Amino acid sequence: MDFPYPRGGTYDPAMPIPTPFHDRTAPLCTSLRWKDWAGFHAVCRYGTHLEAEYHAIRHSAGLLDVSPLTKIAVAGPDAAAFLSFVTSRDIQRLRPARVRYVAICDEAGKLVDDGTVMNLGDAGYRLTAASPIWRWIDRFSAGFDVSLVDESDSIASLAIQGPRSRAILEQAAGEKIPLRYFQMAKMSFDGIPIEISRTGYTGDLGYELWCQPEHSTALWDQLMEAGKPHRLLPVGLDALDIVRIEAGFVLQGIDYYSAPTCLIESRKSSPFEAGIGFAVDLGRGSFVGSEALEREKRMPPRWKLVGLELSLPDIEKLYSSVGLPPVLPIEACRTSRPVHRRSRQVGYITSSTFSPILKSAIALATVEGSVGEPGTGLEVEFTIEHVHHRIPATVVERPFFDPPRKRN
Amino acid sequence: MAAVYDQVIIGGGHNGLTCAAYLARAGRKVLVLEARHVLGGAAVTEEVFPGFKYSVCSYVVSLLRPEIIRELELTRHGLELIPLECSFSPFPDGSSLVRWPDQEQTRREIARFSRRDAETYPLFGDAMMRLARFVRPILEMTPPDAIDPGLGDLLDLLKLGRRFRQLDPVDRLRKIQMFTMSAVDFLDRWFESDALKAPMAVSGIIGTFLGVRSPGTAYVLLHHYMGEIDGASRSWGFARGGTGAVSCAIADAARSFGAEIRTEAPVARIDVRNGEARTVVLEDGTEISARQIVSAVDPRRTFFGLVGREHLDPDFATSIERFKYRGSSGKVNLALDRLPNFTSRPGDGPHLRGDIAIAPSIDALERAYDEAKYGRWSSRPYLNIVIPSVVDPTIAPPGKHVMSIFVQYAPYQLEGGPESWPQHREAFGDTVIETLEEYCPGLSDSILHRQVLTPWDLEQEFGLTEGNIFHGELSLEQLFFLRPTAGWARYKTPVKNLWMCASGTHPGGGVMGAPGRNAARALLKARV
Repeated sequence: MDFPYPRGGTYDPAMPIPTPFHDRTAPLCTSLRWKDWAGFHAVCRYGTHLEAEYHAIRHSAGLLDVSPLTKIAVAGPDAAAFLSFVTSRDIQRLRPARVRYVAICDEAGKLVDDGTVMNLGDAGYRLTAASPIWRWIDRFSAGFDVSLVDESDSIASLAIQGPRSRAILEQAAGEKIPLRYFQMAKMSFDGIPIEISRTGYTGDLGYELWCQPEHSTALWDQLMEAGKPHRLLPVGLDALDIVRIEAGFVLQGIDYYSAPTCLIESRKSSPFEAGIGFAVDLGRGSFVGSEALEREKRMPPRWKLVGLELSLPDIEKLYSSVGLPPVLPIEACRTSRPVHRRSRQVGYITSSTFSPILKSAIALATVEGSVGEPGTGLEVEFTIEHVHHRIPATVVERPFFDPPRKRN
Repeated sequence: MAAVYDQVIIGGGHNGLTCAAYLARAGRKVLVLEARHVLGGAAVTEEVFPGFKYSVCSYVVSLLRPEIIRELELTRHGLELIPLECSFSPFPDGSSLVRWPDQEQTRREIARFSRRDAETYPLFGDAMMRLARFVRPILEMTPPDAIDPGLGDLLDLLKLGRRFRQLDPVDRLRKIQMFTMSAVDFLDRWFESDALKAPMAVSGIIGTFLGVRSPGTAYVLLHHYMGEIDGASRSWGFARGGTGAVSCAIADAARSFGAEIRTEAPVARIDVRNGEARTVVLEDGTEISARQIVSAVDPRRTFFGLVGREHLDPDFATSIERFKYRGSSGKVNLALDRLPNFTSRPGDGPHLRGDIAIAPSIDALERAYDEAKYGRWSSRPYLNIVIPSVVDPTIAPPGKHVMSIFVQYAPYQLEGGPESWPQHREAFGDTVIETLEEYCPGLSDSILHRQVLTPWDLEQEFGLTEGNIFHGELSLEQLFFLRPTAGWARYKTPVKNLWMCASGTHPGGGVMGAPGRNAARALLKARV
């Protein structure tokens, strides 16, 4: 079947629309559990049971359709200068074939989005982000000799993540892939031109592949074939949500809100408050939000995004007190829950999950800066049988899970 | 001689290592002595055939206590557990049953055999869960002495009694049934289909010299429902890299706390003077003294192999002598060129991601036991198979696989005596492959390498007396305050300064670590 791409084709305008990999993912998604991601059909989980997909990412490899990511081609003589202006990073120092994690802020230094910038060499740069961001950055393009093309619908992308991902790619490519962490390269997979970056959202060894939509099916088939002996499994967004919490990664719209969409000021966060202050290069001249960020950097942080480890023995005890076995579903939870220190609320959990690999209940929380030091004891609201309780939790270092293979 | 160490632990199996880790964590100076070149005892991974890593003996992890994983930070030390997704039972008539994690899927599978059983199955699971909840805290306690109780023991017993009273009356009845009935009788009260009952009943006989119709086996069923890989009571799993990875992670944790671990350091004897154990003597003559000596080998080897009968009270010696081992199982490990193709469910689907039980019917299981009673291995044994390489590609080359086959019955006391096992080893292996061939024809052609372990091999190579995988049968009369013997179930032994910390003590075998942890706690509490 011809895939109804690129735009202007004959596809049914009903939303959401299929991604370039839909022909392959749809028959495999026997659970029929999909969600709308940036207007695309995205698989939540392929089977009814999530665990196999989770464990594939951590123990063999998982193949994930990430085509709905926002992708913007930034080209022209001022491309690097422009990206240095609209993101938190000094992109002028980003060498070709390198990738950098970036934050995008508004003029007040509040987060709009986070993503990556890739230096594609002569072809310019690619900016990826969680949400449509073309209009936002285009606002700042005046005075820069730069072209901005939203390629979100015209580049198909796959993430292959997990300890076997390198072996699978090398088998598919028929050559070594000596990419280091946050490096990228152009390659050809059996005649299919692709870009490959050693990046991902899992905190594990992993890669993201970028190709033209007309090659999507062939690329998928090649990877699935090469991955078979390595037990590669297609995985959906539900498993991704667990591993990204283990990796300590924040998610826009969940762990922080995009500033332009916030109706009230208190919803906005700076990169320092959202735990991605490391991605802010200050002292390099002016960029969007730099003044506010310089100022904030000098102050003690008001809010801090931290990792929390909830006390499992106390959860078990609570369940036991009502006569139930502990129920800890293997599924990420995005319900906000208050965090207390003694009698006072000091923050809230935004993402939480049981971590199968760590055997612990973990959460990402935003707490007052004064209680954000690792080792601090806090309390988290926990509801069992319709009754509110509090259970002890400890501030711990992020990432929760950080295997050496991620960087080695 | 002044004691150099606070504790010397004999045996680097997972319990010895767990005990060492907890002691070292509490600041004790600890030494672990392992006879073999590799740590782990029966929880070991070995590359027996190049490129293929066998979990040589123990092949699944279910009961490993989650508090041990957390307290010793085993994940940081490299432990990663992958759950078994399902239980697959192929039958000789070409039908098959898979029990999935998805309840509805399982209901539809069972309904093909019995509509009634299909709807009963989740209720049975709930009932078992409630009963397992009653038993679970017992795993973590040092058994009270019920035979000659002191005040503390009475309090503990009283608490247990109160817990029992808190159970629903129906559950109390079930508990009593489980203590007294056979696995089959108990299951008969719930289910009608043999296809469901046979694969369920086998959990009652693993590692015992009993049949599915022998009284007492119902209790062992319950252990299945205590597996709690993920905090929530659920499922069995593999350790990434093989079961040895559990031992390695514990050893790593122990070292990080300062414990010293030596391999290829076989112990010849424990030097006992005036009823007091003081020194461990290695086979090379090295003497190592410690304030306490902790044995992680089974009771018979501890007391008769290392201490010597002359140092024991005769009654105690007799009771240790009569502690039953009666190994009843063997193990076949295969390196496979490709995945097996089961006639009843062709292909390499998710049904291979769990365990596979060859348990065709209750009668077939009982017949398999009949043969063992008279000193023969079963001509059609019960097989419990896993193919961990399906979910863990680190243990086999790409596209190749490792198959682990647990085989029961293989009686230690063979007709020609246990020493005759080596002559029959390959014939026994052939029986296993022939049995499996009936369900997946062509399997033999895919075998690249075969390792056969008889109960004799388990004893000679891994030090498991009579080849019993649990350091003594897990039968009711050998559990809790009776393990290994009445009056001495609290990790301490009648030999002063000599302690026990492995599966021959409460709560028993399996890759659980609880005896090691409990023993360490008792040791740390003890006034010396």
